[in-house]
Amino acid sequence: MAKKLMKGCEAIGEAAIQSGCRLFFGYPITPQNEIPEYMSARMPQVGGVFVQAESEVAASNMLYGAAGAGRRCFTSSSSPGISLMQEGISYLAGAELPVVIVNIMRAGPGLGGILPSQSDYLQATKGGGHGDYRVLVLAPSTVQEAADLTMEAFDLADKYRNPVMILGDGLIGQMMEPVEFKRRIEPEDLPEKPWATTGNVGRAPNIVNSLYLRAEDLEQHNLALGAKYRAMEAEVRHETYRIDDDPDVLIVAYGTVARIARTSIDSLREKGLKAGLFRPVTLFPYPAAALAAAAARAKHVLVAELSMGQMVEDVRAVVAGRVPVDFFGRCGGMVMTAEELAEQAEKLVTVPA
Amino acid sequence: MHNELILAGFGGQGVLLIGKLLAYAGMKAGLEVTWMPAYGPEMRGGTCNCTVVLSDRQVGSPVTNRPHGAIVLNLQSIDKFEPLVRPGGILVVNTSLINRPAVRTDLVVVPVAANQIAHDAGSAKAANMVALGAFLGASGVVSPDLVRDVLAETFAGRQKIVQLNQVCLSKGYEIGQAYAPAMAGR
Repeated sequence: MAKKLMKGCEAIGEAAIQSGCRLFFGYPITPQNEIPEYMSARMPQVGGVFVQAESEVAASNMLYGAAGAGRRCFTSSSSPGISLMQEGISYLAGAELPVVIVNIMRAGPGLGGILPSQSDYLQATKGGGHGDYRVLVLAPSTVQEAADLTMEAFDLADKYRNPVMILGDGLIGQMMEPVEFKRRIEPEDLPEKPWATTGNVGRAPNIVNSLYLRAEDLEQHNLALGAKYRAMEAEVRHETYRIDDDPDVLIVAYGTVARIARTSIDSLREKGLKAGLFRPVTLFPYPAAALAAAAARAKHVLVAELSMGQMVEDVRAVVAGRVPVDFFGRCGGMVMTAEELAEQAEKLVTVPA
Repeated sequence: MHNELILAGFGGQGVLLIGKLLAYAGMKAGLEVTWMPAYGPEMRGGTCNCTVVLSDRQVGSPVTNRPHGAIVLNLQSIDKFEPLVRPGGILVVNTSLINRPAVRTDLVVVPVAANQIAHDAGSAKAANMVALGAFLGASGVVSPDLVRDVLAETFAGRQKIVQLNQVCLSKGYEIGQAYAPAMAGR
């Protein structure tokens, strides 16, 4: 398939279709409206279903029904809408249902604003809803990666029977870049889900549920979920840029900020300052071992986010004081420039720590 | 080759469209491209802009505050973006709607009466295409033939629109070409 110039939102929508997904449930909110818009046009063309739900709460429960019936399905929203979905996401995790949830983050808290942000990192990676659960979180940095990770998200959701979240920001959603779809899966080619509630004919009943009233049973369920989340460690993924010569400053950033950091790093290198990038692609599970190794070879670590400092907590836990960890963030929908970030990095090496 | 450009004007002047055409043409030329609209809470009749990055390497930041060039179609846009262009960069100014000259002396300023030229060619709505043509003529970042191809693809089946836009692109291109030597001298 030839490369097409697409918005990140559209690429995510098309990637879902190419993954054999034929069910979308969602409710409009900026800056991800291009996803439901795209799905409303594309789903009827491929025999799929687009439902504009009455609310985000409803959309998340529609996912529960569709995924429980064994079908690939997804929703998308932006920060306040994702908050509304948290009850449903907790139930989906409890009932071990494979769904894909896209969060194109905007600035908060509350209604906040519509401009780009990364301030839902903690919500996405630490639970978000109630109960002991985790969702797999993937953070694309380019439009091509948004498409690729969306396709992988459906596979990972099925593999672990768990919700998978694509965590982007308004920039990823709105920017256009060339994209190609590397494979196409038809719904009928997907493997059967023997646990799904597809109509009880000729087999024992299947039950999809998150209610375990006996403490003994629920503990066993929690232990099994915990083991599953540990098994997900096999999926950790990251990318590095120019870190092979023991950098003076290792910038740690994900999503859009990571690409801004690449520009900063190029300009710092031109000035003779050794800077490099560590970009987590999976935010849960977190690429802790690889980050620890990269940080051990750096003199300073600088975490950059579009937030007041959320991922920096994980970086500090990983680095564990072996290297100084500083933070630089912009928030409220303000996006740092490459120059600003480069200045912050420069300060670390010119001023004694 | 690495070019960061800002295209700005009123909502409705088609700055997002010429940005997309430029990005598409860059993609056809084998470049890495990114198109990023400023998508804030804009109001009807308000200002509108997008950033296009064309590069021979992976595009880092999709936004810039130091563009290599800018196309400004209205007064608010020249006020906002003229100060940001890197020294030696190109500033295409739509003199049909901007009643002041550029202040900067360290830029290659390309004045073009985009609305007037487009009006004379058939419709002032194609002023954006005149401005894009002028930018391509001065900068040479991508061939205007590629933009003509993209226009034909984008508006397939609407021959009159394709033709008008291609004519306006060419008229702008001829004006811009006069500034190509000034660019080459930098």
